[in-house]
Amino acid sequence: MDLLNEIAQGIEAGDDERVRILAEEGLAERLPAGDLLQRGLLAGMKVVGDRFKRRDIFLPDVLLAARALYAGLAVLKPHLAGGGAPVLGRVVLGSVQGDLHDIGKNLVRIMLEGAGIEVVDLGHDVPAERFVEAAVAEGVTLIGMSALLTTTMPRMREVVGLLRTRGFHGGIRTIVGGAPVSAEFAREIGADDYAFDAAHAVERVKGLLGVA
Amino acid sequence: MEDLRARLARGEALVGDGALGTLVMERGLPASRPPEWLVLEKPEALVEVARLYVEAGADLVTTDTFGASRLRLAMHGLAGDVERINRRAVECVREAVGGRVYVSASVGPTGRLLAPLGDTEPAEAEAGFAEQAAALAAAGADLFCVETMTDLVEATCAVRAARAAVPRLPVMATMTFERTPRGFFTVMGVPVERAMRGLEEAGADVVGRTAGREAPRCSTSPARSSATPGGPSSSSPTPASP
Repeated sequence: MDLLNEIAQGIEAGDDERVRILAEEGLAERLPAGDLLQRGLLAGMKVVGDRFKRRDIFLPDVLLAARALYAGLAVLKPHLAGGGAPVLGRVVLGSVQGDLHDIGKNLVRIMLEGAGIEVVDLGHDVPAERFVEAAVAEGVTLIGMSALLTTTMPRMREVVGLLRTRGFHGGIRTIVGGAPVSAEFAREIGADDYAFDAAHAVERVKGLLGVA
Repeated sequence: MEDLRARLARGEALVGDGALGTLVMERGLPASRPPEWLVLEKPEALVEVARLYVEAGADLVTTDTFGASRLRLAMHGLAGDVERINRRAVECVREAVGGRVYVSASVGPTGRLLAPLGDTEPAEAEAGFAEQAAALAAAGADLFCVETMTDLVEATCAVRAARAAVPRLPVMATMTFERTPRGFFTVMGVPVERAMRGLEEAGADVVGRTAGREAPRCSTSPARSSATPGGPSSSSPTPASP
């Protein structure tokens, strides 16, 4: 089996140590870091994401795969500088104000990064103002918001409203998700899209960024 | 009031209450605060909500303590208020129900990932649940309602803690499932059968589900484990949308 496949399988198995060693081997064999990333790490994450989408595997498996992904990325990063890692697009991401839950949002981040999308992670308990400011400052055209509670999901409406009043409506778009959030709710508040879960977020975000 | 266990043993159907989050938002829960904040700052809203549910015919009314375990309150800087929040939340419902219906003490997830996936040791979670359960029981709760769990280890920590804290009080325990091509699982990968068996083995008197978002389309609801078919079970619908 070639090294790239082995790396992908190491990701799928959630074996961070194996992925780290294989990534180092790949660099020692002078394989391009971009290939090790795209055809190794990210190819493995693609399989993990697809299997999670089908619920063939569950959250714990995805978190282990993510751990392996980041172990590999840590090895490759110094060699990817200078355009080695093509970025498909960028997105600002956070859990809305009042929501201190990270697990779901982090999972979305993992999935997006695993698909080659750069994430500006604002963390949790993010006020509407900060979402908008970060998107403007970073020149990002898409804001992803997560809420785990019925009591915090109305905050998403504020972000959409703020984009309108600041004149960014259409220029900066929004996608929402989280356990209590539905497509219907997203439509109702005027968000541009909704993702059922982290795995689905990848295709929705790619669609919004026009890189599908 | 008649002993709850006796009613459950007879197979009587009891009606729970409904959503709490949406109602407390209507009554002025600030955006940046957790629902437990109301217990300290606006308890009259909780008394009112409990009263409405009694009037609507609920047999049990739930306390505003879903997130009142130490680990979860700590996220809001309220770790020092575990005892006070749980005690007062029970008092609010007791005041409203006046002994007419049961006070169901809500115990929700910590919001943390347990080791080895996360950095929270199960023992730490269990200690937090034990502390919460003791405060709820001391204030006069009639039963524990461990709810909306997805990790069976965490769920059993909560059930065991409640059971050990006050053996005389019944424990109801539910997990949240979603439909997959292979049947119902929690997002952590726990199938229904294993969940129900695990909760029962940990000491739950009533087991069931708190519905996830796909629940309305469920053609079959998660059943009890084969260990005690026909034993008490619980089911609640999808959360309301604000």
